[in-house]
Amino acid sequence: MSIADTAVPFADPYRLGTRAPNLARGHGGGGPATKRVIVGYGFWLFLLSDIVVFSCLFAAYAVLADATAGGPRARDIFEPNRVALETACLLASSFFCGLATIAVARRDQILTQAALAITGLFGLAFLLLEASEFAALHAHGDGPTRSAFLTGFFTLVGCHGLHVTAGLLWLGTMMAQFFAKGFRPDIGRRFLCFSMFWHFLDIIWVAIFSLVYLVGTRL
Amino acid sequence: MLGKLSWDAIPFDQPIPLIAAAVVMAILLGILGWIIAKGWAPYLWKEWITSVDHKHIGIMYVLLGLVMLLRGFIDAIMMRSQQALAFHAQGYLPPEHYDQIFSAHGTIMILFGAMPLVIGIMNFVVPLQLGSRDVAFPTLNSVSFWLTATGALLVNVSLVVGEFSRVGWLPYPPLSELRYSPGVGVDYYLWSVQISGIGTLLTGINFVTTILKIRAPGMTYLRMPMFCWTALASCLLIIAAFPVLTASLAMLTLDRYLGFHFFTNEAGGNAMMFVNLIWAWGHPEVYILVLPAFGIYSEVISTFSGKPLFGYRSMVAATLFICIVSFCVWLHHFFTMGAGGDVNAVFGIATSIIAVGTGVKMYNWLFTMYGGRIRFAAPMLWSIGFMTTFITGGMTGVLLAVPPADFLLHNSLFLVAHFHHVIVGGVIFAVMAALVYWWPKAFGFRLHEGWGKAAFWFALAGFYVTFVPLYVVGILGMTRRLQHYDVSQWRPWILVSGFGVLILIGGAICQAIQLVVSISRRAELRDFTGDPWDGRTLEWATPSPPPAFNFPVLPQVQGAEAYWDVKRRAREAHLLGKEPEYEAIEMPRNSPTGFVCAFFATLIGFALIWHIWWLMIVGLIGAYVTFVVFAWRDVPEYIIPADEVARIERANRAVRQEALASAAAT
Amino acid sequence: MTTDVERHGPELEEDDKGGASDERNARLATYVVGLGLAVLLTAASFWVARTHLIYDPGIPVALATLAVAQMGIHLVFFLHLTTAPDNTNNILALAFGLLIVGLVVFGSVWIMAHLNHNLMPMQQLIQMQR
Repeated sequence: MSIADTAVPFADPYRLGTRAPNLARGHGGGGPATKRVIVGYGFWLFLLSDIVVFSCLFAAYAVLADATAGGPRARDIFEPNRVALETACLLASSFFCGLATIAVARRDQILTQAALAITGLFGLAFLLLEASEFAALHAHGDGPTRSAFLTGFFTLVGCHGLHVTAGLLWLGTMMAQFFAKGFRPDIGRRFLCFSMFWHFLDIIWVAIFSLVYLVGTRL
Repeated sequence: MLGKLSWDAIPFDQPIPLIAAAVVMAILLGILGWIIAKGWAPYLWKEWITSVDHKHIGIMYVLLGLVMLLRGFIDAIMMRSQQALAFHAQGYLPPEHYDQIFSAHGTIMILFGAMPLVIGIMNFVVPLQLGSRDVAFPTLNSVSFWLTATGALLVNVSLVVGEFSRVGWLPYPPLSELRYSPGVGVDYYLWSVQISGIGTLLTGINFVTTILKIRAPGMTYLRMPMFCWTALASCLLIIAAFPVLTASLAMLTLDRYLGFHFFTNEAGGNAMMFVNLIWAWGHPEVYILVLPAFGIYSEVISTFSGKPLFGYRSMVAATLFICIVSFCVWLHHFFTMGAGGDVNAVFGIATSIIAVGTGVKMYNWLFTMYGGRIRFAAPMLWSIGFMTTFITGGMTGVLLAVPPADFLLHNSLFLVAHFHHVIVGGVIFAVMAALVYWWPKAFGFRLHEGWGKAAFWFALAGFYVTFVPLYVVGILGMTRRLQHYDVSQWRPWILVSGFGVLILIGGAICQAIQLVVSISRRAELRDFTGDPWDGRTLEWATPSPPPAFNFPVLPQVQGAEAYWDVKRRAREAHLLGKEPEYEAIEMPRNSPTGFVCAFFATLIGFALIWHIWWLMIVGLIGAYVTFVVFAWRDVPEYIIPADEVARIERANRAVRQEALASAAAT
Repeated sequence: MTTDVERHGPELEEDDKGGASDERNARLATYVVGLGLAVLLTAASFWVARTHLIYDPGIPVALATLAVAQMGIHLVFFLHLTTAPDNTNNILALAFGLLIVGLVVFGSVWIMAHLNHNLMPMQQLIQMQR
């Protein structure tokens, strides 16, 4: 049976109010959205699920923050200067990722590659700073196995670091794809997802440096 | 080289798992050999294993779910029979084996039985009901399925290589910590659930995007079929809840593998944090399962009553209400853990309130039936059976929601009877109804009516005979998970319950016979029109089974019951609508990405369980390479020419025109 | 997507061949303003953490407020989350996510605080066992 053609508009008993139905694509009755909207929305949902993962780690950290088991407390080990430097690296990285978005929109290969490379370098610098902090703590005997507080701390911050590492891997792959395949629509959509991911990691970091490091130094 | 893996891992001294595994292996190899001998291997690879068609993935999900349901049912039979025998005796299952069985039973039934069944039905039905050609991310859908299959595979491997978890279906620390569970059982649990959980999360994302972004033109939110609404709510819950599972299992994993102190007794760990987090997933999980079930009942009851669903908008509201409130009740799983009266009161009241949403739905179904011309086909029987069962099961739930009562009944068989009452009566009955209801759409022929009804009556009777006695022994003080007991008052009830299992086995046999009989008589049960039940939603507008592209032209939805309106007009005019112009259709190409990913996920999971680090690295590199290879492909779609579309759709129109004519003649 | 959809509007072609709406949103000025605000708020956070001008128990609240503000900046200027109609679903999803995050974090902290509250302190328990 064909249902594509129905001449008579049908009264819809379930329509709310008298407002005309929204006929924009991807909304209300407007039919399927464009691929770019679909991909962006799907990835947005993934990011939200990732936020929930982080919220569990935050909750665990909050519950265990006082369980130092005779080990160091937050203010004994946190170094605000290093955190400020890490924050600066991530912010700069995020900014250059934004520049890369503009370069991609202009279909400018050299600018895209340059902006992505700088994005990656700042990300790498952040990772190295974080790794040196972890290594120093570990060398001092204050590794994650020392106390429940350190377990929660290492897991929360380390999980963010793991995300940055995965992001760097993705970034490298992305650069290679732009180089090899040019600005194909599907690669553009993938880059949209990457830039969302990269900015999202910044948001998580804002929560970490404010609520873990800075609050920690004052408790 | 092989980590903890050695020949000791294989339980040569325990005949039951070895024989079971040997039989399963023999059956699998037999099926595989048969497929290769018949020359069907290329067909299997092209049409199923690498398929990204939501219909094929849905069918594979359901198949996986049914196989695992059978496995979980065998575990249940062993538990009931053990308890029937183990009065003043040891029975036939030693404690360490019995503990693995009840842990495996719960894990399998919820995560590898019910979940794949519900997700499989969503996969098959939702895009068809929305008037879409596929889900939002077809290849991701295949990845989801194969990751779920990986989890199921790992659970079954634990039968032969090593052991399964002995700490219950949720691995409560500190018992599940390395110190108290040094074996690989908990690791099997952790990695199989973790891997399949990622698959489930991806499914949730995929379906929310599908439902919100690629509906047919004119399909406004309040014109969506009820099943799509419940699928949306369920998938939103998946996105919100499964990350919690991922995080809490990851924390336990870190405790076990790297000596962290989240939940340990030492160094300030807090085991109760695990209980808190795991139930923040666990309670929404129940609604992830039961909301789509509610959607199935809504479709079935509306169709077989010949009426639109009563109170559609209140049903939508109730669904979304449950979706949100299900996240505010998780503490009722651990009232006895020691939170104060105020905390318990808040969660007790929230738990009672959530029953209101379900109550609204019950009345809506009742009023849908009221005044309708009810056809008592098998799906309708399952639905009516559900309504009575779920009301009683739900009421025992409200009873347990009262904290003082819960203090008495906590961890007793009363609780076990309650959740089986709602999950079997709610989810499994819905799956059975859905199987009969959508089977003709999937395969082009109906299931045998008589055997289907027999299966229903056996299941209903067996269910009550099995679980009502468990309420009684629960009140008499019998706790769950007892390997043996010596209280004589419990004995008769346990025996009755064991007899109930025999009736349930009868039901399962009827189901099997139903499948065999239906497949062998498929010629006479064939569904020619594609609309065997006089349906109301868009899936019945397609031929059975639907072509790869589902709809030759995207339907323009004009009203609340998209297909019913069109059908009614066609019946009044004795004529189908004008034939549209057909155009070529682009469809996503098949991809082995999902299967290859699952292969590497299996390697990674197995390597992590047995601490074979090099193999884990190989798996990780393999998974990354798979993604890159997928990302590098140049032609993601293929084109179905307009002639082919027209040929398929004209055949569909012809049989429907014929059906209209014969209806007009009578 | 499908040929049928393409008939519905020119956007798809435009969308998939570059010049998508969200790419057009990406202007240098947006990122510069976003970066400036983010730097400002970050500096404020670090200042608040060090200063002794603020009443001590108020500091976590101040830091949390600044963090929320900065997250908002990131969402609007870097992730281009707006109130435009095609963003309704994104905002709704975000609201749902935040509700869940709030329930999980505050629920867990509340529950766990009360559990500890009603439990005998570990030290006492250990002394009792001696």
